[in-house]
Amino acid sequence: MLDDFLIRAGLAAVGLSLATGPLGSFVVWRRMAYFGDATAHAAILGVALALATDLPIGLGTLTVALAMAVTVAGLSARGWAMDTTLGVLAHSALAFGLVAVSFFPTVRTDLSSYLFGDILAVSRTDLALVWLGALAVLALLAWRWQALLTATLSEDLAHAAGLRPDRERLILVLALALVVAVALKIVGALLIAAMLIIPAATARSFARTPEAMAGLAILIGALSGLGGLGLSLWQDTPTGPSIIVVAAGLFALASARRQA
Amino acid sequence: MSLLSAEHVCVRFGAEEVLHDISLTVAPGEIVTILGPNGSGKSTLLRALLGIVPVAEGRILREAGLRIGYVPQRLTIDRTLPITVRRFLSLPVRVSDAAAAEALARVGMAGQEGEQMATLSGGQQQRVLLARALLGKPQILMLDEPTSGLDQPGEAAFYRLIEEVRRDTGAAVLMVSHDLHVVMAASDRVICLNGHICCEGTPRVVSSAPEYRALFGLGTQGALALYRHEHDHDHDAAHPHHHRHDHQHLHDHARDHAHDHA
Repeated sequence: MLDDFLIRAGLAAVGLSLATGPLGSFVVWRRMAYFGDATAHAAILGVALALATDLPIGLGTLTVALAMAVTVAGLSARGWAMDTTLGVLAHSALAFGLVAVSFFPTVRTDLSSYLFGDILAVSRTDLALVWLGALAVLALLAWRWQALLTATLSEDLAHAAGLRPDRERLILVLALALVVAVALKIVGALLIAAMLIIPAATARSFARTPEAMAGLAILIGALSGLGGLGLSLWQDTPTGPSIIVVAAGLFALASARRQA
Repeated sequence: MSLLSAEHVCVRFGAEEVLHDISLTVAPGEIVTILGPNGSGKSTLLRALLGIVPVAEGRILREAGLRIGYVPQRLTIDRTLPITVRRFLSLPVRVSDAAAAEALARVGMAGQEGEQMATLSGGQQQRVLLARALLGKPQILMLDEPTSGLDQPGEAAFYRLIEEVRRDTGAAVLMVSHDLHVVMAASDRVICLNGHICCEGTPRVVSSAPEYRALFGLGTQGALALYRHEHDHDHDAAHPHHHRHDHQHLHDHARDHAHDHA
């Protein structure tokens, strides 16, 4: 069954949304959208690094995404003007990555697959890595769920209850880096943040509790993934952007329903 | 035997010393109010006692295993985060439906489990925060200007509720406030703070202390003090009176004031 590239692609999309649903909810609640962008854009730099050192691409992106996420989290804890800082970091990481990658002629021709994803080329190994990564993120978030939620509502409340908000923030940073590494192949570096934010924002319209929102975001993410795959096959469009187009369509529908 | 105490605590933000040489203790079952004008460091003191803000000097002692119930000034819940009252009460420790219902009834919010936190009024939200704090069976409740978002009747009702809770559970209460009238009546002991401890004692002792009058004599929040001042000195109306409100002026005036009474 896994021999069929379409089935592998579908399973990869569903696997990814297991992680992006709950993590994306936290990104929305904590207003970390730009943070997600900076981390995701750094992944291109990770690709270059991996090629230069002959390491697996996934390891390269994971390392660089983690370094970027930790840097940004550190700066924000010190109270930098985050809007500007993140803007500088996100776009510089992308630009440096693109320049670095251009030194590798083989990738040069294949650059768009890193920018926009290449879900139809997902191998069995890729698929296994996507699911492993997504389940790891899901487990991490489930383990820290109560503490993460308390710290998100109010860092002071968390402190007073003996929790460590800074440690919970680090958990999210780690999860974000994992998701970036996993999602690069599927939606590409440019659209990872969209995959985090749009399904979660869509789920908000229907949810009354944080858990319901995270669960619905998984569902909407999976639907977008499968729908985008279909759109891509039908119209021969790039798959990553097609997935986000479907997600955006669902968001528009949900917003319209809310207005009505 | 004290639940919580501070010994010569100093807190600095960068080079600025926000709190200087603070020593205080809270005994079981007593209601202590930290009173001070805006910027006097009273919220910082509470946060230092909670361990949120690190102390630069001195130390904070808590009874081993002390259960603290904390009620923050207000909770700003992002509109993107859907959460019901019932779900909120289970953070960070999950509680049973029965316990949640009982805590809500205790604060006059019975049956409101299904409401969204973001749609509650300021007063309702404070009550839910209090209910959540009570679920931990606290030995001490710590409240940071719990009524800053409430109107006066709401404020009075909230302080009555605090007194009831103390009576029923025996929990000590340490709260921070910049308003005087209701607090004065509800407290066993008042600590008057302005970077350092200016004076402390029963509400009656504190309200007649010159240091207290210096701080609150003509301040915009000193409604009671202002009232008393005008009441005691109706001859002031005859004088051209410069309400410049600068500290030196207040200080001198309060000294005169205290002197008049001596």
